[in-house]
Amino acid sequence: MRIVIIDDSGLRATVLEEGLREAGYDDIHIVPPRGAFVARLERMAPDVVLMDLGSPSRDTLEEMLTVSRALARPIAMFVDQSDEAMIGAAIDAGVSAYVVDGLRKERVKPVLELAVRRFNTFSRMQSELEEARTALADRKVVDRAKSILMNQRGLSEQDAYNLLRTSAMNQGKKIVDVAQALITASDLLGGGL
Amino acid sequence: MTTSLRIAFLPLNDVAVLAAARERGFAEDEGIALDLVRTTSWATLRDRLVYGQVQAAHMLAPLAVAVTLGLSQQPAALAAPYKLGVNGNMLVMARDFAAALDPDPARRLADPLGTAHDFAAAIGLWRRKPVIGVVHRFSSHALMLRYWLASAGIDPDRDVVLRVLPPSLTVEAIHAGEIDGFIAGEPWGGAAIASGRAEAVAIGERIWQRGVEKVLAFREPWLEENPDTVDRLLRALARAAAWCDEPDNREGLAEILSRADYVDQPADLILGALGGRITPRAGDAPLDCPNFVLFSREATPFPWRSQALWIYSQLVRWGMVEASPQAAAQAAAVFRPDVFRRALAGSDVPMPGASMKLEGALASPRAVGSRGGDLTLGPDRFFDGRVFDPERIDDYLEGFLQLR
Repeated sequence: MRIVIIDDSGLRATVLEEGLREAGYDDIHIVPPRGAFVARLERMAPDVVLMDLGSPSRDTLEEMLTVSRALARPIAMFVDQSDEAMIGAAIDAGVSAYVVDGLRKERVKPVLELAVRRFNTFSRMQSELEEARTALADRKVVDRAKSILMNQRGLSEQDAYNLLRTSAMNQGKKIVDVAQALITASDLLGGGL
Repeated sequence: MTTSLRIAFLPLNDVAVLAAARERGFAEDEGIALDLVRTTSWATLRDRLVYGQVQAAHMLAPLAVAVTLGLSQQPAALAAPYKLGVNGNMLVMARDFAAALDPDPARRLADPLGTAHDFAAAIGLWRRKPVIGVVHRFSSHALMLRYWLASAGIDPDRDVVLRVLPPSLTVEAIHAGEIDGFIAGEPWGGAAIASGRAEAVAIGERIWQRGVEKVLAFREPWLEENPDTVDRLLRALARAAAWCDEPDNREGLAEILSRADYVDQPADLILGALGGRITPRAGDAPLDCPNFVLFSREATPFPWRSQALWIYSQLVRWGMVEASPQAAAQAAAVFRPDVFRRALAGSDVPMPGASMKLEGALASPRAVGSRGGDLTLGPDRFFDGRVFDPERIDDYLEGFLQLR
C-alpha cells in the first residue's frame, strides 16, 4: 500500500513516517505542499494520502482528486464516514486522510488511527518543547531579578527568592511577572545590574 | 446566561461582520460568547462544520449549496440564514499578461465586456494556456470568472486552466510563474498589486453589481434545534454589519482585521478595499469603487432564495450537477429567509416583502416593499444585461447554450 504524506513540517512528517514503518508499511513518500506537488502526486499514484488539516493546500489537493484523470477513482475522506468519533479525533489531531482508490476501508483504518496517534504525539512534543523554552526563559528572568535584589538590598540568594515569592503571593501574580516588573523598574531607575 | 458559539472562518476582509460582532461587543450584548476559529482552507472549514466541530462557518455561498447537494465530500444539509457580505472579489493578472489589455486600468475595469474580449484575444498571444488561480471550485469567484470568460466565447474548461489555490499562496505563486493571475477576495488581490507583480483586470462588482459572496452556514438540524441562539446571533450580526458599513468605523475595522487572529495583513492594505478605494496598478492613484464590498445597506444580509437558485443554475451550466427539480428545490432551501425574518422581526432592519426576486433586473436604485423601514435596493445588473428569473431557470440556461 503506497502512502503519501503531504507536509511542510519535516519533523511532523518524520514522526508519522517512523510510526508507519514500525507498523509495517514501507512504501511511504513525503511531499511538501509547494509548487507542482500535485503533478508529483499524480505520478506517484498513491493509495492513501495523509495531510495536515491546517495546510492551506488542502483545497488544491481536493480539487486534484476531483478532476485528475490519473486519479479518477472513487475517493473517500476520513476512511469511514459513519465513524464520527474517529472523524472527530482526526479533526482534533489535525489529520486529513484521502483514500484515492477503492481500497477496503478495513485496510486504511489502522493507517488513519496511527496517523492520529502520531499527530497527537507530535503536538505534545511541540508543546513540551515550548514549555521547556518558556521555563528556561522564566528562570533567566527570575535569576536576574534575584541578583538585582542581592546587589541592591544585600540579600542572600535564598532571601531574594523568598522576597520575590512573597510579593507574588501577596499580589496574586506569578513569580516571573513580579521578577519582570522588578527588572523593568530597575532599568527605568537606571539601577541596572 | 451566556451561550458559547464556535464559528470557523478564513482570513479574508469579509469576515468583518463576525470580527466586529466579537470585538465590538455586539455578540456579548446578546449573551453570546463568540469563539472564532481561524482555518486556512475551505476544505477544513467545511469539515469542521459538517462534522460538528463548530456550530457555524463563514462560508462561500456556492460551497454551502454544493455540500447540501452532495458535491463536496460528505453530504450534509446546510442552512444559510444570513449573508455576511456582497461583492468583494477582484481578478488580477500578471503585468505582462495585463499589458495585452487596455493600458488604462480604469477603462479596463469600467468596461468588463470589452475587457473580456481583449482577454480572449490575449489568450492566443500568451505563451501557454493562461493559468488562473481560483480559491475553490465551488466559490463565487470561480462562478463569476467562468460567467465573465464565457461571455467572450472563452470556454473556461478548455481555453484556460483554472487552478485551485489558497489565497495566502497566490502572491508567491504569481512570483514563481506558477499562475498568470487569480481571482480572490481582498486583501489578496491588493497584496499582489502592491507587490508589483499583478494588475487589476476585473472587479466582481462590475461583473455582477450585487453578487452573492459569503454566507453564515449552519448544519440544518442544529439550526432547527437552537432557534433562540440563532436569533440572538443574527441580531448581533445585523448590528455589527451596520457598524461595519459606517465610513467612520472603517479605520477601526481595518485595525481589527489586521490582527494576527484575523487576516494578519497590514491595516492599510485592508482599509483600501473596505473603503472602496482600489489601486489597480502599483503606483497608480486609487479608483473609487463605492460598492466594492457591502455588509449591511440595501438588505445585504438578506438571503434571497433567487440567489441560491442562481448558484444552482451555474452549477448546472458547468456540468457540476445534473439539473433536476429536486436538486433545484434542495439548493433553494439552503438560503433561509424565514429564519432571517423571524430573528430580525422586532429590529429596525428593513425586511423585504418577498423572498425571491429577478436577479440582474435593476439598472438603478429602487425602493421596494418592506416592513420596518425604507428599503432601497441598489442596481444589481450582470454586465452582459442578462436577467435571471428563478421561475424560469431552464430558459435562462438555454440562453447560454449557444456559447459552448
